[in-house]
Amino acid sequence: MTLPVFLTNTFYALALAMNMFVIASGLNLIFGVLRVINFAHGMFYMFGAYIIFTVTKTWGAPFWVGVLASGAGLAVIALVIERFLLRRLYDKEHLMQLLFTFAIVLLMSDAAKMIWGTDQYSVGYPPALRGAVRLGPTIVPQYLVFLCIVGPLLAIAMWLAVDRTRWGRIVRAATQDREMLSALGVNVPAVYAMVFTIGSALAGIGGALAAPRIALAPGMDATIINECFIIVIIGGLGHMWGSFLGALAFGFVVQFGTVWVPNWQDVLPYLLMLTVLLIRPWGLLGRPELSR
Amino acid sequence: MANRKLGLIAIIIVLALALLPLAGSRYSVDLATQVLIHCLFALSLNVLIGYTGNISFGHAAYFAIGGYACAVLLTTYHWPLLLALPAAIVISGLAAAVIGYFCVRLTQIYFAMLTLAFAMLVWGIAFKWKDVTGGDDGFTGILVPKLLEGHVNYYYFTLVLVAAGVWLLWMICHSAFGLTLVAIRENAVRAGFIGVDTRKMRWASFTVAGTFAGLAGALFGMYNRGMYIENAFWTESAQVMIMVLLGGIYSFAGPLIGAAVLYLLQVITNQYTPYWPTVLGLILLVVVLVLPDGLAGLAKRIGGKTARAKVSGAKVSRA
Repeated sequence: MTLPVFLTNTFYALALAMNMFVIASGLNLIFGVLRVINFAHGMFYMFGAYIIFTVTKTWGAPFWVGVLASGAGLAVIALVIERFLLRRLYDKEHLMQLLFTFAIVLLMSDAAKMIWGTDQYSVGYPPALRGAVRLGPTIVPQYLVFLCIVGPLLAIAMWLAVDRTRWGRIVRAATQDREMLSALGVNVPAVYAMVFTIGSALAGIGGALAAPRIALAPGMDATIINECFIIVIIGGLGHMWGSFLGALAFGFVVQFGTVWVPNWQDVLPYLLMLTVLLIRPWGLLGRPELSR
Repeated sequence: MANRKLGLIAIIIVLALALLPLAGSRYSVDLATQVLIHCLFALSLNVLIGYTGNISFGHAAYFAIGGYACAVLLTTYHWPLLLALPAAIVISGLAAAVIGYFCVRLTQIYFAMLTLAFAMLVWGIAFKWKDVTGGDDGFTGILVPKLLEGHVNYYYFTLVLVAAGVWLLWMICHSAFGLTLVAIRENAVRAGFIGVDTRKMRWASFTVAGTFAGLAGALFGMYNRGMYIENAFWTESAQVMIMVLLGGIYSFAGPLIGAAVLYLLQVITNQYTPYWPTVLGLILLVVVLVLPDGLAGLAKRIGGKTARAKVSGAKVSRA
């Protein structure tokens, strides 16, 4: 592998990783606070991609309006789901919550078929980022450079929000002891609703940002949800920087796997997750949970 | 004796099923074959979920391994069925033992995720190992012995094996071993304190579940004359889990009922509308929101009996 080829692949790996981080960080946030494994997260991502298609292609709005519309659309959907259904399940078993989110997947997949049909769609790069950039000996699309910037910015923003604000302190407290927080006068259901809304909006935005890179078609949710699980588990459930690291590992394994073992790149992320889980079951940056 | 009464009911059900080909059309016999296979598949998963309290999210893997192994041995290597079927069951049991060895080191969500990861690995191998499995074209044209080619004969063959499988699982679940598993489900820490090697017991339970799933898979492959990678995909694992939950995880017969009801509902729904996922999603919502102990639990409640401490026991094990 020559240096320019290596650099190009590294760059594509980074762009993929950062796009995945936007999506996976939402899943991770929801799990960290609500302790719910949200199978519908992949479906939220798919809706995000479809919404930006409709907003930009059918209605002719600019790309960035589409990204905002995807985020806002998913926020509304998530808020409705949380307020009317999910809220009843917080004190039930994990299995019930997991199956509930699976029911949402089934209902939304049919809804997507009714609204958008089963055709394949595509969304172009935004006009401002259509060009290419010279990076040392290689040339890369501007849009992917943009993705590489968005990821770290989001990570820093989330870190500041969760670690440095009053709201973040409340969220962190909610992960520790829900009842005590409630006794201190905090409206815990509102905190949960907000976290679920923000996490789901991230899936929508992640889907919108991914739309120019990929083909939009039914079934895109089933792959992405597994990949998000892999990223979140590798990094450590509920650990934001862990997801960042997990996304990087995922991006590099997939990109270089495609180059070196082209037939097996689909299997590699699972091998990566197995290896991590067998050595550090709680993920790279996670801490072992106390046996409860 | 409750046991004798149950045995009698079981014999009556099997006899009634044995009479089906005399009365039913070809369609109903074929449908009954598929339902029986899925009943065994669901029942095998419940050894893990209901009895041991371990949520496996990759049970389709062992179904697929059994199916593919039987297909390859029968068709590619021309083994006789009497060798190929036991070999396929052993292979899926061994695969479950190897994978389970690693999975039972973890608990709860981590356990579920690890089973999912291994199952997707199995799916990936079925997808990419084209020479052996046929890849995404599937393994088609499975050779079945002449005797089993007729649909009625195959139905009886399935009925005998599924009945034997159910009987064996009943014996296993109601043995000292089965009770130990329940103890682990209710409180793994306490079970450990009274001297149970919980990890070893969970490993054994994992292997038992995988072995019987392998038998179901082999039966399915031969019935279908083909195995496809979809049979190993995670959505298949989710489907069988829904069968188990719909029926009720805290009752032995629950998964049998759940599998039959769900499979028949799917077939009926598909005749009227392409929107089976919506129907399934609504069923799931009902189960999750109002029927957490499944149809079997509902029957118990209607029957006026309290569902005993079992449902509350589940809450204890979650905490």
